Amino acid sequence: MSPDARFHRARLLALSLGGLMALAVAVYMTLGAVGSWSFVLSYRGEKLLTILLVAWAVPVSTVLFHVISRNQILTPSIMGFDALFMLIQTLAVFLIGAATVTQWNPVLVYLGELAAMVAFSTLLFRWLFGRIAQSLELLLLVGIIFGVLFRSVTGLLQRLIDPGEFLVLQDRLFASFSGADPQVLAMSAALVAAASFWAIWRLPAIDAMILGRDGALAVGVPHRRLTAEVFLIVTLLVAASTALVGPITFFGLLVANLAYRLLPGAPLRLTLPLAGLLGALLLVGAQVVLERVLGFTGTVGMVIEFLGGLLFILLLIERAR
Amino acid sequence: MIRVENLGKTYAGDWVVDVEALELPRGGLTAIIGPNGAGKSTLLSMISRLQAPDRGHVTLDGQDILRIKGDVLARQLTVLRQDNAMTARLTVADLVAFGRYPYSKGRLTEADRAEIERALALVDIVPYRHRFLDELSGGQRQRAFIAMVLAQDTEYALFDEPLNSLDIRHAVSVMHLLRRAAEDLGKTVVTVLHDLNFAARHADRIIAMKNGRLQVVGRPDEVIRPAILRDLYGLDLDVTERQGKPLVDVFG
Repeated sequence: MSPDARFHRARLLALSLGGLMALAVAVYMTLGAVGSWSFVLSYRGEKLLTILLVAWAVPVSTVLFHVISRNQILTPSIMGFDALFMLIQTLAVFLIGAATVTQWNPVLVYLGELAAMVAFSTLLFRWLFGRIAQSLELLLLVGIIFGVLFRSVTGLLQRLIDPGEFLVLQDRLFASFSGADPQVLAMSAALVAAASFWAIWRLPAIDAMILGRDGALAVGVPHRRLTAEVFLIVTLLVAASTALVGPITFFGLLVANLAYRLLPGAPLRLTLPLAGLLGALLLVGAQVVLERVLGFTGTVGMVIEFLGGLLFILLLIERAR
Repeated sequence: MIRVENLGKTYAGDWVVDVEALELPRGGLTAIIGPNGAGKSTLLSMISRLQAPDRGHVTLDGQDILRIKGDVLARQLTVLRQDNAMTARLTVADLVAFGRYPYSKGRLTEADRAEIERALALVDIVPYRHRFLDELSGGQRQRAFIAMVLAQDTEYALFDEPLNSLDIRHAVSVMHLLRRAAEDLGKTVVTVLHDLNFAARHADRIIAMKNGRLQVVGRPDEVIRPAILRDLYGLDLDVTERQGKPLVDVFG
């Protein structure tokens, strides 16, 4: 694909998806509004901000994770982030009790979860990548094993727990865009922005990592250090979004692969915004369906996985032809 | 000048590379030959800082290459490995553009673009410039990678078995390309080769390795001799002369 053709396609995509996005946001903000407009807009606006933040952080972290793992069908949640989040929630309810946990300051809870996730992945990375093996593959494998461990412990605790407590816990474990604390939202935004700027600053070097370790070293990219940096960026993005809304990383894989298909071979400065835009469309669309079609009965994760699954099957069928 | 001093690499107690001293002066085409497991590729990757040695060091104009900053070194020395599998898609032109990374850091200038054009033309791949690498034949893909190396415009260009899995036509054309890089562009080309006859015909110097050690270093007619080949490969090979260069009957 020539640079001109790519540029034209990118512009076309930006215009059409941007238009769709504006429409989706307008529909989301106004459809079925009753009562005072200022209340509706500020209430929904806050939710919209949460959605957009996650819609940016998750696809970007997925694409960057693909670059360092040199594999386009992985998602960063393979490192056990989601499982760790669920374990923390379950442990808290199990040990301390739902009544106390729900009273905790959301800012402190958020910071605690964030710290646990970042500490976990940094430890894993330092311990494995620094000492034992030089390979990311081993790191991923150990991440998967930890994920299974976390899930098993979570499952065990959930069986032991009081059924009433379990209902409260279950509610906390489903991803949801509503009810984020404004302070928590602001902190997430700052964190995601910082990680994004870091990534943007290093973007040309990260692009060169497509050449693989040897190829990147041959053109003077410090591959090892950059892998560590990108790993930390991915961790920050995933941890910020998971601590904000809950486990919801699946759609990142979908929109990343959609972006690769729409703009094949494009540099990251085009792929990342495209993936983010697709993610935002999907999430806003899913939230509209949840609120206006399902009338809040269900979870947004369910809608995303349903819509995403359909899209995935379409992708497969289209590829098979 | 690249100088190798007391260089060693060990795997599980075995020294897979154990080189007292080796000098690679500027200019010309040097071929590294030897049986499988002789340590050719390991030596090449230590010279190009892809692997760290367990002993000794490699210097470029007197400076240890591990102490030279990555992008500074990448303007003087580059390497092309055999396995260049890509997981993501990339067009030929974009691949070659990565050769300019040490200069432009991703922001191509007019001069960078001119270098890219020149490299594409040199390897004769201009018609395929907008193709994706996975849409090319093995020979075309290898030429695209060589174009990236040429676009990097380094004094030293190192290759690890660049003729691997190419048919005769493409192998000859790649070998001619390396020859031109050395002759017309004045680069110092060092390449690991399996085919003795390509080394004998096109190299200015041959380094013969066995069991991690240097056996012989010299002109083709000094290295490609029955006695030396018997020592390297354990085979009695007949060597004749053609066009003033040795020719080995490699078929036993």
